[in-house]
Amino acid sequence: MEKNDTITNAEPIISIKGLYKSFGELDILKDINLDVYKGENMVVLGRSGSGKSVLIKILVGLLPPDKGIIKVLGNEVNKLSGKELDALRLRIGFLFQSSALYDSMNVRQNLEFPLTMNKKNITKQEINTAVEEVLDAVGLKDKMEQMPSDLSGGQRKRIGIARTLILKPEIMLYDEPTAGLDPITCEEINKLIREVQKKYNTSSIIITHDLTCAKITGDRVAMLLDGKFVKVGKFDEVFESDNEEIKSFFNYNFIQ
Amino acid sequence: MINSRPRKYLFTKGLDQYFTDVYKAYKFVIRFFKEAFHPPFHLREIINQCYEIGVKSLPLITLTGFITGIVFTKQSRPSLSEFGATSWLPSLISIAIVRALGALVTALICAGKVGSSIGAELGSMKVTEQIEAMEVSAINPFKYLVTTRVLACTITIPILGLYCGFVALMGSYFSVYTNESTSIVSFFHNGFSTITFLDVFSSVIKSIVFGFTIGIIGCYKGYNAVHGTLGVGRAANQAVVLAMFLVFIEEVTIVQIANWIRYY
Ligand SMILES: Nc1ncnc2c1ncn2[C@@H]1O[C@H](COP(=O)(O)OP(=O)(O)OP(=O)(O)O)[C@@H](O)[C@H]1O
Ligand SMILES: [Mg+2]
Repeated sequence: MEKNDTITNAEPIISIKGLYKSFGELDILKDINLDVYKGENMVVLGRSGSGKSVLIKILVGLLPPDKGIIKVLGNEVNKLSGKELDALRLRIGFLFQSSALYDSMNVRQNLEFPLTMNKKNITKQEINTAVEEVLDAVGLKDKMEQMPSDLSGGQRKRIGIARTLILKPEIMLYDEPTAGLDPITCEEINKLIREVQKKYNTSSIIITHDLTCAKITGDRVAMLLDGKFVKVGKFDEVFESDNEEIKSFFNYNFIQ
Repeated sequence: MINSRPRKYLFTKGLDQYFTDVYKAYKFVIRFFKEAFHPPFHLREIINQCYEIGVKSLPLITLTGFITGIVFTKQSRPSLSEFGATSWLPSLISIAIVRALGALVTALICAGKVGSSIGAELGSMKVTEQIEAMEVSAINPFKYLVTTRVLACTITIPILGLYCGFVALMGSYFSVYTNESTSIVSFFHNGFSTITFLDVFSSVIKSIVFGFTIGIIGCYKGYNAVHGTLGVGRAANQAVVLAMFLVFIEEVTIVQIANWIRYY
């Protein structure tokens, strides 16, 4: 409760106003509004194909919005020059739905790559320390020399998280961190997301359609339906909403 | 307003698509030249790619070059001996190999081997979001992936072309030797007597153009791959077909220009 009061006064870290996005004749996002505050984990729930991935890709400038004002860390994303956008991206960690590890590199090289490419004067020693630290954080120190193709889906997700952590981001964007994983691995990932929040003091958006994940990792939950956020609030508030479509989303999840 | 957007075509759907494709390819090439001359240059990755493209193609080029030399010599011998002109064999072969075969055979082999592998590699990186992953870590994927590969092709394929020509001449000498036991010195002396600087020069220029074409087409097709794993196969396939097609067109064009210079 107290936390809620303090954060509403503060400037949001991520602020989306009146965002529209369509592909050809397909309208995906229609008037999206959302604020995420410092240190907060915001969960975005929504059906498959509702445009959740599109939403966070717009946040990092991978896709251009059709309309709307998107501010991340005080920068208006679609007005930035290439250099400014790169500077902003270094402050954001992005976990892809498919993990997107570089196939041609082993785990260590995957982790080193963003560092060596962005920090020109970094020493070998510093790189090693950073790699070990993030691998330790995700609990996969023994997988250092393996190729991504030899890892399981859950391990790949965790290496993906490690790779984004290595640049010490202020914001983490997780695209379905637990999709397609068994319940125990899900739990580990959920814990990891909470640990990252504490340890690195990040604000996050977590996209998911897994309700357990939403409940454990989210400080607030936003429900995306038909291209709009129909409900934003604490998990229980959204859960107990009497909107028919939200109800059916939650019911379906539990029958599953 | 948002819901009703009738589709309008300038010509027909297919023709519009064709022109947008050509425009996209044109922009891709322009972007290459813009990025190639601005730091960072990723020298290590270029060297890495030169190794991948050059050294790993050596066995195939050696084999093909040598066999081309032998076969070409064997097939030309009967017609020349009809006129009692087998002593012309070395110069005939040299002209054919230096002017055309060395560069062309290399380009075709590399279009198949290198073009398809670049197309497939970049294509799979595209559809599995690895290229976007580079972008969000503030790494310029065009520079890191495309520029390095295109430069590596442009550097290595001419060298491979010269090497292929040399191996083909050795194959040819081997064939000549088994018939006439000519010494290698007189074979090359005889062969090179008809080769001019322009022949070698235009052949190298040709190879450079071929190398650039193979690299940029492979990268373009891979970098713009869509539709999942199906798109990866398609990108690799189209990279080979289009690169070979363009190589032939460039061959004809450059030969025309070289002849024009030669007889002008
Ligand atoms: N680059 C694109 N070009 C055209 N259409 C796209 C593109 N990216 C996404 N779409 C479309 O936008 C819609 C939303 O896609 P998105 O990937 O955001 O869904 P999602 O909510 O993340 O679903 P999932 O939970 O399955 O990942 C889909 O219908 C998809 O076909
Ligand atoms: Mg998605």
